[in-house]
Amino acid sequence: MIEVTNLTKVFGAKVAVDNISFRVEKGEVLGFLGPNGAGKSTTMRMVTGYLPPTGGTVTIEGNDIVDAELAAKVKIGYLPENAPLYNDMSVEDFLAFCAEVRGMSGVERSKAVDRALDTCFLQPVRHQSIDTLSKGYRHRTCFAQSIIHDPDVLILDEPTDGLDPNQKHEVRGLIRRMGEKKVIIFSTHILEEVEAACTRAIVIDRGKVVADGTPAELKSKSTAAGQVRVRATGLAGTGIRQELEKLSEVKSVTVIDSGDNYFSGVCEATKAGNGEVSKAVFRMCVDRKLVLEELSPEEGRLDDVFREMTRSDTED
Amino acid sequence: MIWNLIQYYIFPSALVAVVFLVVLRFALPRGVMTVFKRELKSFFQSPIAYVCVVIFLLVSGGLAFFFGNLIEFNEASLLVFFQWHPWIYMVIAPAIGMRLWSEEQRMGTVELIMTMPIAPWQVILGKFLAAMVVIFVALALTFPAVLTIDYLGEPDHGAVFAGYVGSFLLGVSFLGVTSAVSAFSRSQVVTLLISVALCMFLNLAGFDPVTGFLRNVFGESIAEGVASFGTMTHFTEFTKGIIVSRDLIFFLSVTVLSLFVTSAVLRAKRA
Repeated sequence: MIEVTNLTKVFGAKVAVDNISFRVEKGEVLGFLGPNGAGKSTTMRMVTGYLPPTGGTVTIEGNDIVDAELAAKVKIGYLPENAPLYNDMSVEDFLAFCAEVRGMSGVERSKAVDRALDTCFLQPVRHQSIDTLSKGYRHRTCFAQSIIHDPDVLILDEPTDGLDPNQKHEVRGLIRRMGEKKVIIFSTHILEEVEAACTRAIVIDRGKVVADGTPAELKSKSTAAGQVRVRATGLAGTGIRQELEKLSEVKSVTVIDSGDNYFSGVCEATKAGNGEVSKAVFRMCVDRKLVLEELSPEEGRLDDVFREMTRSDTED
Repeated sequence: MIWNLIQYYIFPSALVAVVFLVVLRFALPRGVMTVFKRELKSFFQSPIAYVCVVIFLLVSGGLAFFFGNLIEFNEASLLVFFQWHPWIYMVIAPAIGMRLWSEEQRMGTVELIMTMPIAPWQVILGKFLAAMVVIFVALALTFPAVLTIDYLGEPDHGAVFAGYVGSFLLGVSFLGVTSAVSAFSRSQVVTLLISVALCMFLNLAGFDPVTGFLRNVFGESIAEGVASFGTMTHFTEFTKGIIVSRDLIFFLSVTVLSLFVTSAVLRAKRA
């Protein structure tokens, strides 16, 4: 379990992380969202013990990261941003070195290296020098380093950055699988990743937590949630629009495209009519003998929520 | 001749090497050894170590034989060989040590190693000891100089050995200075230049012409005070065959102080 309490980091006059608190239990995969410069990496660096906090505490499985530094660090596997590596080593030597620093030797060490190579699909490059690797392999080598000691806590700073779509898919799958037995925090600004791999997500903006919940909870906060996209034919576009606006469940209609014989647009629901719009539209089309070509309720989109919550950032 | 070499040089330095390895393996925490091995391997996998060793050999040999007239001097002593060492180390030690922490910070691997369960001092020491081995190798390969004077006459091998001890300590203390500077900067070039400048100051502080100048301008006490911080002042004692605790303590304290500065700077950078 990771418990973060009132964590604060001040660089000179800039407050990078402002009084953040959260806890992550075993079996949870926490997605850390936020625009660039929101304080994601700084928070992770404090949680892993790289940066000392200005205020607040972090405990890893009950060990304080400042007072019981080594005991806490033993439990953590960390993939820093940009996947730093010792370029002059081979993949295998690098992993062996990391295992040795973590106190493994002999057979135990070579087993751990083999397991990490297998898990991260690194067997084909195990003897290759790290400076000759492609970005995807580099990233996975650093990822392998973070799981070499089978840690209870895994902290990943942008684990899919720079990977191609197939590799992203693999890494997400890996995170989801490992998340069943571990505590995982990972940061990203790719929102589909949150839906694909997280059980919970935290959005931070300017060093503060602005939202905390499951991906579905976050999506329902979107203004788009409850909207319905409609495309119908059989009447002039303006006529269909008027019919839609007459419905009591519909607050407003936005036109996407409209012509002599068709209409396409988005209906926004009134408060009372939320969830009822699609039924009402369907009934209206049956009554007027219109052909309904599309009727799709929006369940809300994470990137809208993300933009709404962190918009303040781009306005300065 | 060979017997002299074995008796006076190979045997003592092998003894030092064995003691070093035993201490590293059994007296220090495992982490130091792990970091030491990695760093040493990376030194000898990159061209830096070879280039530095070869240049050290060429320059130290060249200066001693051509400018120092080692042969014509016709004296069975290595004074003319050792007298150049402060100036050679001034460049070579920073070149060996510039990557110690600059590279680590530029590549971001410092974040990796500092979040692993290993105390920072173990990493600092492990890396430093590996760089020290490069100096040791460079110095060990100057053995033809010893053979030469042994051929020329009957040298005082005790004095020559003391010179080697002094030379090694001098190199190591410059390496310490470089380690501290490298903690400040991500750029190896900046580290190299600043370290060379600092080492030069240490050399000049005890350089006779400078001491003479200070004596004329500021008087005896200030000249002596400045000279006591100079590497030359302490190094020349070794080359004369005198190992005094004062000089030993000088080089050791420069080294230890530098490592503490390295540690403090790295900690301050994280905060």
